[in-house]
Amino acid sequence: MPAKGAMQTRLEAPALEPLQAGPDDVVAVEAVTRRFAPARRGGEAVLALAQMSLRVARDEVVAVVGPSGCGKTTLLELVCGLQQADGGSVRSEPAVYMPQRDLLLPWAGALDNAALALRIAGLSRTQARERARPLFARLGLSGFEDQRPDALSGGMRQRVAVLRTLLSGRPVLALDEPFAALDALTRRDLQDWLAGALAAEPRTIVLVTHDVEEAVLLADRVIVMSQRPGRAVEEIAVARPRPRRDTDPELVALRERALKALHR
Amino acid sequence: MTVSVRRRGRRVLPPLALALALLGVWQLYVESGSVDALILPSPTDVASALYNDRGLLWDALGPTALEVLAGIAIAVAIGMVLAVAIHLSSTLRRAVHPLVLASQTVPIPVVAPLLIFWLGFGLAPKLVIVALICFFPVVLNTLDGLADVDPGLLKVMHTLDASRWATLRRVELPSALPGVFSGAKIAIVVAVIGAVLAEQAASEQGLGHLIQLSTAELDSARSYAAMVVLSAFAILLFGTLTLLERQLLPWAHRTRRGDPR
Repeated sequence: MPAKGAMQTRLEAPALEPLQAGPDDVVAVEAVTRRFAPARRGGEAVLALAQMSLRVARDEVVAVVGPSGCGKTTLLELVCGLQQADGGSVRSEPAVYMPQRDLLLPWAGALDNAALALRIAGLSRTQARERARPLFARLGLSGFEDQRPDALSGGMRQRVAVLRTLLSGRPVLALDEPFAALDALTRRDLQDWLAGALAAEPRTIVLVTHDVEEAVLLADRVIVMSQRPGRAVEEIAVARPRPRRDTDPELVALRERALKALHR
Repeated sequence: MTVSVRRRGRRVLPPLALALALLGVWQLYVESGSVDALILPSPTDVASALYNDRGLLWDALGPTALEVLAGIAIAVAIGMVLAVAIHLSSTLRRAVHPLVLASQTVPIPVVAPLLIFWLGFGLAPKLVIVALICFFPVVLNTLDGLADVDPGLLKVMHTLDASRWATLRRVELPSALPGVFSGAKIAIVVAVIGAVLAEQAASEQGLGHLIQLSTAELDSARSYAAMVVLSAFAILLFGTLTLLERQLLPWAHRTRRGDPR
């Protein structure tokens, strides 16, 4: 059975050596295994992650790229505490999850949506709005405070969703393909905007994406994952100054390297 | 101005034309003599009964309208509480669901006299009957709304450390409000039937009582006139609720049309 043979080789391919644990690590995922029960009785259990490791230092942006179904989202949910690992260990400071679609509250205005975490934390509506307003303005959303999501463009909605994530006050932001649902132009726009936002508001970020270009554009480090069961097979440091241009030859070279690792 | 008049005309014209056409067929059928006017009065007979008995009909509408409105209000209140309770507890869901279903199979004409023995001739038994048949659509639609929240949003709430109560209050309840309105709108239709049945079991007033009386007196034109009043009231109530929903929940109206979500 050739398929099984292929699987075998992949399992035997060497995993990356776990990085040295640093005291600054905000997220530490060590040799994690995650298995899902079979969908049907008598079916096979799905091994989503095998020996997956990931470390993220404070205020570092780490992008995780990998083929669809390689367990990227599972990894993110483990970091956020939305799932439990079956093996290995996951340690992370509190992380807030941001899904691919904006999922704003349709009945609330943009500012109230952005301030959701503050309301949950117990602030009154006025207090929450006042606390959210400066960042709202600083990230270029002034004038849209009271627009409901249905009156906003897809790009604007996603900005509000990012802002909601930033305003959560959690040390770690877990972004799950945040721009995948947008058209190419808006996506570029949002990537630049997020880079600017992070320059103004540095945060520890785990960014899951299948877009290698996005990964090298935004991240300090790119982790490439294998096919399922997912595992880190390559780590690429992106030591380029910001703002970055996607035409920068060094970025292009790093992108090629990531793509090669992806298709290995 | 002219445009809006024309647009309104386009909206009002089709239902009006259809109603007139049906009335015309009805009128011709009765005038052809193929049916006894005692069984089926002609539209013109009903129209003159509407006009001649307008005082009687108006007085009868009052109590019926009160029963319908108060009954629906009670049903919405109980229905929402029950839906939230069922939503929060799967144990409760399993325990209550069969009972809720069973309550809807109760034949109203059978229990109505019993309720009157129990609760007297006043408003109480009518409210119980109207509320009993109205709370079911409210519960079902509210439950749908509560469960309709995107799982991704629930994950976000979880990572924001939102309590069960915070998630319910900030996300699930608002998203269930359109369902409450849908439930109430469906309830209107059954509420007027419930009110009439309750009045026919025992009452000295209301449209149901008037229909019963008129039928006994072989005044079928008045019976039909009372039914017309009842229908008109139900349509008016439905329209009012639709307007109210658009005012209170404009977001629900617009997302349903515009957004692919």
